Amino acid sequence: MARVTQVTIPRQMTELISSGHKACPGCGGILVVRHVLRIIGSKTIITVPASCLTVMEGEYPRSAFKLPLFHTTIETAAAVAAGIRAGLRAKQQNDIHVVAFAGDGGTYDIGLQALSGAAERNEDILYVCYDNEAYMNTGLQRSSSTPYGASTSTTSSDNFKTQQKKDIIQIMLAHNIPYAATICVSYLDDLKMKVKKAASIEGTRFLLALAPCPPGWGYSSDRTIELGRLAVRSRVFPLLEAEHDKIRLTKRPAKIPVSRYLSMQNRFRHLTDQEIARIQENVDDKWRNIFKAE
Amino acid sequence: MAAGTVCLCVRIYALSSKIKRQGLIIPTVKGVESAHMNANAKRSSCVPSSSRKLLTGNEAAALGAVLCSVEVIAAYPITPQTTIVETLSEAIAKGELRAQFMEVESEHSALAACMGASAVGARAYTATSSQGLTLMHELLFWTAGARLPIVMVNVNRAVGAPWNIWADQLDSVAQRDTGWMQFYCETNQEVLDTTIQAYRISENVLLPSLVVMDAFYLSHTWEPVYVPEKRLVTQFLKQSYKRPILDVNRPCSFGALAGPDNYFIFRRSMHMAMEEALCLITQVGTEFERMFGRRYEPVEEYQLKDAHSVFVTAGSITGTARNVVDSLRVEGERVGLLKIRNLRPFPIERVRKALMGKKRCAVIDRNLSVGGGGVFYTEVKAALCGCKKVPKLMGVVAGLGGKDVKEHDLMKVYRTLERDTQGLLWLG
Repeated sequence: MARVTQVTIPRQMTELISSGHKACPGCGGILVVRHVLRIIGSKTIITVPASCLTVMEGEYPRSAFKLPLFHTTIETAAAVAAGIRAGLRAKQQNDIHVVAFAGDGGTYDIGLQALSGAAERNEDILYVCYDNEAYMNTGLQRSSSTPYGASTSTTSSDNFKTQQKKDIIQIMLAHNIPYAATICVSYLDDLKMKVKKAASIEGTRFLLALAPCPPGWGYSSDRTIELGRLAVRSRVFPLLEAEHDKIRLTKRPAKIPVSRYLSMQNRFRHLTDQEIARIQENVDDKWRNIFKAE
Repeated sequence: MAAGTVCLCVRIYALSSKIKRQGLIIPTVKGVESAHMNANAKRSSCVPSSSRKLLTGNEAAALGAVLCSVEVIAAYPITPQTTIVETLSEAIAKGELRAQFMEVESEHSALAACMGASAVGARAYTATSSQGLTLMHELLFWTAGARLPIVMVNVNRAVGAPWNIWADQLDSVAQRDTGWMQFYCETNQEVLDTTIQAYRISENVLLPSLVVMDAFYLSHTWEPVYVPEKRLVTQFLKQSYKRPILDVNRPCSFGALAGPDNYFIFRRSMHMAMEEALCLITQVGTEFERMFGRRYEPVEEYQLKDAHSVFVTAGSITGTARNVVDSLRVEGERVGLLKIRNLRPFPIERVRKALMGKKRCAVIDRNLSVGGGGVFYTEVKAALCGCKKVPKLMGVVAGLGGKDVKEHDLMKVYRTLERDTQGLLWLG
């Protein structure tokens, strides 16, 4: 087992999500939201489209969020965030962060049009996609973020997904936005650096956060952080950032085979060695492309 | 009066040149000066600080938004709404309006952006038509449910398939149950005045408003319009209280998950707000008259007092119906007109009061709920259900997809009505 940098979370830190939220045990998504908000601070207005996060906030009249929050329909996070920014400008409140937290369904699929529109107009918003690689809130159906080989409730292990995961980072970079990065809660130092940078830049900023999902991916809820590390070390989820079109890897851990990442999850259980080899090949190809682009 | 006549001539000229240029079919020009326009002309000496301009319906709508000092505009182009947005962007460029202008990638995002802006306290505005409004359908519910006082102008246009860009109310009547107030305008003056009143009413009851005008008959036709001073409009719209908004100092959520009990309460409170709006529409209309000289109510009665037969209309057909009523009155016929301005909140009591005791009634709809009939017809029928002395009701489906409804068509309707016909009549 390779050594992992220990990050101490100061006790006096300001938490903007209270305990008692309704996320599942071990939820990677709520950790993303917690840490991003902790770094961004309380002068923030957030918008959340239909996703697990809608439920996590809790039921009216209770809220786990200590921030103003606008719930919206699944495809409109980016447009609502842009509208919030316009409204704040009209009201001359220019020192407030506007953050959209959306799932992969609301980002890769149904929300892509509004996101693309906002990115093209370079709306001054921070868009965070917590990516758990399927429609988890509705019971684990396939999304365009679901990786090759994964079984979901609509792609069973006998009929697993045969398409590759959509490369949303490349799509966002094609809009020439000022900042895009991938983050993982298993690497808090890296996450902190990127969120701070994103918060300091004006224009559309996009963060793609890997959000391991114990019930959806089929692993024990105490292994979320470990799984995130395996995703990064196996290069399945490279940690990178891009300012305009300049892309760079922010972590270059020693490579481990993808099988170590895949074997921990039930959703890949059915894969043969041949299919795992194919995944390894794809991961290696992608890494080389990023490396070349650097 | 002389000045008024000149304006009327200019308008007719503008109309005929428009017809020549674009081959548009415009309805009877004779009835352009509707009852309240005539009343305005009479009252013109007491219309405070207004200028009179020749405006298309779209220009009147845009000018209404400028006068209301809207702060965020998000829109997507669609025929025949486009000139509203163009006029507004020009007003911003000229410095006549200080607003954030968002040219978004769809109507769906236009309303989404308006929701965000309105949720942080800005006065938000958008305009659309037909396919655009139907694309917004999901967010119309969301806007109303989140209690955001957005005002939107919808230029009534037919909904496809097949493609058709001409006047038809189907786009807006299909949004009846979304929780938006709906105002149907008869003239360009009414479009401008209603935009102003809609903000006042919406910001009080916290429900959004849809200001509706017929495609081309109003949107692209010039009419003389009194334009009030911005200073007075600002005064008219002055808010006395603060509505709930997204505020970093006082965090709250909009639209959070609500269980069955709370959901029921939220929906009922929207209905109660609609009922409150019904009183407020009259109240604000009266106050508007005091300030600007023109009075508005959820319904308008025209020659109704001693009438035996009644036309019920909404939108620009009302102007034609007024003329028909006038002509028939000259012939000694006891006929009147009930103009319905609000589809939501539907003025049930006012409709009952106006129609009870009448002998016959023809509800003219420039829309068709396929399998159900005209929407105003079914609403009127429902309003009269259980009342005593209900008139014989006839539903008239007319003018779909911009099909012209002329005076002689309404004469035909009248003759059919006089034979005590009931049920549905297809005009065309």
